Amino acid sequence: MIERIPELVNDDFAIVRWGRTMNESFMVEVGDTQYLLTVREGRVESVARGPFVMRPWRFAVRARREAWEKFWEKRPAPGWHDLFALLRRGDVAFEGDQRMLVAYLMYLKLLLAAPRKLAP
Amino acid sequence: MSARLEPVIGRYAHLELGGRPHRLYFEEAGQGIPLLCLHTAGSDARQYRAVLNDPEVTRSYRVVAFDMPWHGKSSPPAGWEREDYRLDTAAYTDLVMTVARELGLARPVVMGCSIGGRIVLNLALEHARSLRALIGLQSAAYVERYYDAAWLNHAEVHGGQASGAIAYGLMSPMSPEAQRWETVWHYMQGGPGVFSGDLFFYQVDGDLRDRIGAIDTSVCPLYLLTGEYDYSASPQDTEAAAARIRGAKVTIMNGLGHFPMSENPDAFLGYLRPVLEEIRTTTN
Repeated sequence: MIERIPELVNDDFAIVRWGRTMNESFMVEVGDTQYLLTVREGRVESVARGPFVMRPWRFAVRARREAWEKFWEKRPAPGWHDLFALLRRGDVAFEGDQRMLVAYLMYLKLLLAAPRKLAP
Repeated sequence: MSARLEPVIGRYAHLELGGRPHRLYFEEAGQGIPLLCLHTAGSDARQYRAVLNDPEVTRSYRVVAFDMPWHGKSSPPAGWEREDYRLDTAAYTDLVMTVARELGLARPVVMGCSIGGRIVLNLALEHARSLRALIGLQSAAYVERYYDAAWLNHAEVHGGQASGAIAYGLMSPMSPEAQRWETVWHYMQGGPGVFSGDLFFYQVDGDLRDRIGAIDTSVCPLYLLTGEYDYSASPQDTEAAAARIRGAKVTIMNGLGHFPMSENPDAFLGYLRPVLEEIRTTTN
C-alpha cells in the first residue's frame, strides 16, 4: 500500500495543494517495516523501504500493521477512520518534529488515507 | 430580483458580557418555542444553517444561533490585543444565559455541540428551572487530552490549516464531501488562538464528571445525541455521562461524526425533528 502512495497522491491536486511548501522526509512504519517518504513541493518524490542505517527524518508515524489495514478500508469503522482517531485510541505514535507534523497535518492525513482509493 | 433568499435573518446585538461591551452577531428564523443553538469550539453559527432553514423546525421553533465573542462575525471586545482568549465554565455559562435573556428568549431550549454539548450539562446543573429542555450534541462530561492544542496557536504553524485538519478527521467519512469541507472551512477561518482557547474549557477547565450526577431531568429534560464517528466525544463518552444522569435520553446517530448539524444536515435533521417534537408536546 505505502509503495503506491506516490501515484495516489501526485496526481490528486486536492492532496498536493496542502503540501506545496513541504520539502521533507518522514518515516512511516507499518509494524516492523519502515518506509521513508520524501516530499518535494507536495509531491511524493520517493518511497524507500527499510531497514535503514542512520537515515535522517523529520518525523515518524508508527502503527501496527492491523491498525493500518483497518485505517485503509474503503469505509473504515468508527475510531479507525482518521490519523487522530488512531491517536486517541493509542494505535499510532508520532515521533520527531511535532511542529512539522502539525503544520502539514491536512496533507499528512490525506496522504496516509490515499490507499483507501485502492480498497475493494 | 431572482436570487433565492433564505428565511434566515442575521443581526447584531449590543450587550455586556463579563462587564465589557460586546457586539454579538446572531441569526434567527422561525416562530414559537425559543431554540438557542451553540456552535463548536473554534467555529461559528454557520454550522446551524440547515436547522435555521428547516421549515419543519421553524414552524414551531424560533431558532437563534449566535457567534460567540471572538468567533465568526462577533469580534473580540476592545482591548483584545493585550490578552489571550481562554474560555472557562463560568464565562461560557454566563454567555449563554446572558444572550438568552438579552434577546428575550423566555425559557428556551438550548442545543449545543461539542463544547456546547458540554456546557448544556452545566446549564442542567445550574439553570434547569430557567430552561425548557436541553439537547447535547457530542456531549461528554470530560475528554482526556490526546493531543496538544498549543500547536494550533503557534507562529510557525498555520493555525487555520491545522485547525481545519483537526476538524476534518472528526467527521464521518460517509458524510457528504461538500458539507464536510464547508465545516472545515469554518475552522480555517478562526482567529489565532481561538480554537485552542475554547479547548481550554473542553480539555482542562470543564471537567464535569463529579458533578453531573446531580442533574435533575424531571426539572429540565436532557437529550444527548452523538454521532458514531466522533472520537473526541465518542458514543462511549456520551453513554458514560448518561449513566450518571437519571432520565437522560441518549441517541447514537449512525454514520455521523462530531459536527452532525453541518457535516450531514439531512441525516441530522432526521434525528433532531422527533426530539423537538417530543419537547414541544411533552413540556411547557
